[in-house]
Amino acid sequence: MGPQELTYLVQGLGWTLILTAMGFLGGIVFGMVVALMRVSSRPWLRYPAIAWIGLFQGTPLLMQLFVAYFGLPLLGFDVPAWAAVGFALTAHASAFLGEIWRGAIQAVPKGQTEAANALGLHSRSRMFDVIVPQAFKLSLPATVGFLVQLLKGTSLAAIVGFIELARAGVIVSNQIYKPLVVFGVVGVMYFAICWPLSLYGRHLERRMAAGVLK
Amino acid sequence: MTLDFSVVANAWPALLSGVMGTMLLAASGMALAMIIGVLGVAILRAQMRIPSFLVTAFVEIIRNTPFLVQIYFIFFALPLAGIRLNPTITAILALGLNGGAYAIEIIRGGVESISKGQTEAGLALGLHRGEVFRLIVLKPALKAIYPSLSSQFILLTLTTAICTSISAYELTSVGQRIEAETFRSFEVYFTLTMIYLVISLITMWVLAAIGKRAFNYPDR
Repeated sequence: MGPQELTYLVQGLGWTLILTAMGFLGGIVFGMVVALMRVSSRPWLRYPAIAWIGLFQGTPLLMQLFVAYFGLPLLGFDVPAWAAVGFALTAHASAFLGEIWRGAIQAVPKGQTEAANALGLHSRSRMFDVIVPQAFKLSLPATVGFLVQLLKGTSLAAIVGFIELARAGVIVSNQIYKPLVVFGVVGVMYFAICWPLSLYGRHLERRMAAGVLK
Repeated sequence: MTLDFSVVANAWPALLSGVMGTMLLAASGMALAMIIGVLGVAILRAQMRIPSFLVTAFVEIIRNTPFLVQIYFIFFALPLAGIRLNPTITAILALGLNGGAYAIEIIRGGVESISKGQTEAGLALGLHRGEVFRLIVLKPALKAIYPSLSSQFILLTLTTAICTSISAYELTSVGQRIEAETFRSFEVYFTLTMIYLVISLITMWVLAAIGKRAFNYPDR
């Protein structure tokens, strides 16, 4: 494998990172909406969020990518492949992050809500000034864990034909007939990014567990 | 926008056998993952340096690389090692190895939650090391981590879709064949998505039933 092939893989890695960032940033925005809907006391907000989470957690990401890729044009959105994939990853991430943050919001001790009520805070202020900052801290390890999951998930864009790292690997492997070397290098590239993230997530988890003991 | 689901509906026998293929992959993958998970934890507990390092390395490598890259790697590596397997068996192997790494991590957490006094009490009562591990450590540990193991196994069931990339026989590869014949891409994949939703609901229900049966004893 020469420098030319390696450059091609690095370009693929760039697209992998772009897709991950799109899905994660979009997922943060819409995941917040999903989480708030999910913990709402109003059934017409809560049930759609439950269905949304169930739909994305109960079907393969690959199918979600396919449905977005072929479905968006049917709805009249003639979008490029990267946008369709980004759209699917955003929707996917919103459901998973929504569920993670729901757990975190509900894990904040009830006394906090009661104290906020006793202080006469508005429901909005109670949520965004009291509950959410604490929930954010609680949810960090799981959120970092999901980021790793999402980064690995972007590899499925390869199957719908988008050229990111995994697809670049398939193309290079077909050119130079050295599948083990190529997929080995591709694996190392994924690992080099995912492993530090995983370690950081574990570090956060351990620190939080130590905090609980105090 | 015209949708035509009739071509997909007409292909129901193929889809049904695809569902069977997916179930077969998922069930065999889970069984293999479970074996790898328990063996891995047993090796870690033996506290020998090199085997423990190998297990830890295996877990970290699998958990931090995409399944798609793993299955391609195995698919191309086996023939070079002189092993010829059909794609479906290769897929089961890949699913088992992937699920096994996650299972090791989950079961290890459960085993660590069993207090040392339990093991010591078991040994003091004259049980063999193997018996202590199986009856006193493993079973209560599995009971404690069964919910997380179940959600990992549902994830494994959904992961089987990726096995289409090496043309293993399962629902997605069947769907791709129907798509190639009918050009009804959206209809095919929308139907597959709904079928997968049903499959994961059924899997969830079966796993819960197994859990109820296997761990039907009081905690204390």
